Amino acid sequence: MDTTIKDRTAIVGIGQTRFGKGIEASELSLACQAISMAIDDAGLAPSAVDGLVMYSMENGREVEVARNVGLGDITYFGEIGYGGGAGCGTVGHAAMAVATGQCDVAVAWRARKRSAKGSRPWANVNQRLGGATQWSRPFGLLRPVDEIAMLTRRYMHEFGATRDHLANVALAFRMHANRNPNATMYEKKMTREDYMQARWISEPLCLFDNCLETDGALAVVIVSAERAKDLKQQPVYVHSFAQSIPQQHQVMTNYFCADPLLGPSYACARLLWRRSDFQPKDVRVAQLYDAFSPLIPLSLEGYGFCERGAGAAFTNDGALEWPNGRLPTNTAGGGMSEAYVHGFNLVLEGVRQMRGTSTSQVEGAESCLVTSGEGVPTSALLLRR
Amino acid sequence: MASGFLLPDIEDDDTAPFWQGTARGQLLVQACSACRHRRMPPRPMCPACRSLQHTWMPLSGRGTLWSYVVAHPPLLPAYQSLAPYNVITVALDEDSQLRLVGNLVARADGPINEVDPATMRIGEPVRVVFQQVEDVFLPRWMRV
Repeated sequence: MDTTIKDRTAIVGIGQTRFGKGIEASELSLACQAISMAIDDAGLAPSAVDGLVMYSMENGREVEVARNVGLGDITYFGEIGYGGGAGCGTVGHAAMAVATGQCDVAVAWRARKRSAKGSRPWANVNQRLGGATQWSRPFGLLRPVDEIAMLTRRYMHEFGATRDHLANVALAFRMHANRNPNATMYEKKMTREDYMQARWISEPLCLFDNCLETDGALAVVIVSAERAKDLKQQPVYVHSFAQSIPQQHQVMTNYFCADPLLGPSYACARLLWRRSDFQPKDVRVAQLYDAFSPLIPLSLEGYGFCERGAGAAFTNDGALEWPNGRLPTNTAGGGMSEAYVHGFNLVLEGVRQMRGTSTSQVEGAESCLVTSGEGVPTSALLLRR
Repeated sequence: MASGFLLPDIEDDDTAPFWQGTARGQLLVQACSACRHRRMPPRPMCPACRSLQHTWMPLSGRGTLWSYVVAHPPLLPAYQSLAPYNVITVALDEDSQLRLVGNLVARADGPINEVDPATMRIGEPVRVVFQQVEDVFLPRWMRV
């Protein structure tokens, strides 16, 4: 008996609010709106939902979501930690719960109002630091961008990566956003010169190496593959799923292990591909977590699209660009140019690619890799049509 | 907080000896009493042998620059007033896998924005200095 979850569940509904800054609705309201749209997209009744999986950083609670949307009796609920590392994890846990019969219709979601200044997690100055942050923040390594910039400088030193490689990433995602009317940067073109002249945030990273700060919410509905056949949308199967906390990992400031540039994606990828009928060479479209541009070369290496140290060079010659690149990536614009909702928008774009409804549709792609935060305990999905 | 800088809780059970060491002008690292494995950051259990017994071993305070950033606004106000400033990671001479985050300063009591970032090089040798902020002595680094 095959005890894995391969192809046993499918994403059958997706929903998303508009993306913006200063949206008035609460995070709970945004969550309920996105979940409601996802349930409608699936053609299901709210009362059919009996499973909920969310980010542990979510402000709305399961009980409030259930009471607002009018969900049924919930028999499975869970939370995944580590911020941007959680996205694929919520979907994977929902898939495992459905596959094992702990619930029949599961919803996973993320709602966030990131544009408010108070939402910046690093801005709390009111107490002494305990745990990992005491080894970095006192010295002024305050923000996620600083923490990743430290790894980036080392990566550039070890492997010869340059700002031109990071610009390849930013420009590819911006081009995709320019084709996606729902993207924050839909109407804003960017040139290589714009990138090179942008202000520094944390050298070697500039403004355009950073993701957006977005208000918005997205949700997906997961059911068994069997049930999916009778629903109105083309099923998008959860083919493979993995998570990882690599050995001796420290969240974001992962400078204290033997080899800090071997990020969480390596350990995640080993299980993901072992459980998969597809291998990296078969995958023609990807949604890679992009809170910061250097996470892309690191992820390309970790997930096996190239050798270690070759991720920067992989981005040359338009490799990440639709339609002709080797691996069109973040085809809706990603966190850097569509919206930054802790990476959950990448899951929905993966679903659209498999449905054939992306605004930068990769023709003939049978599978789509979706990843969550590199640099933190992470997760990944391989979706298939 | 008076200074506006983020500072560690120096009374935490697992890390207090480190901060007591910096206050005495010593850079200490936890070493397992059973297997001698050295670990940084401090923690209660040895990941190599699971022993709960450890000692605090003084280090030479010498290392090399492993990586660095130059931080620009937006930052917390106390830090923003110093921006752009450097933050470095140092690999310690005793074991290059033991690393500490700090800043490169030009003088033992100098600020974190005095060294020209254009002159900084990965691999350059550094030595520790201790600078007091409120009741905490932070390890920072000078060129050798």
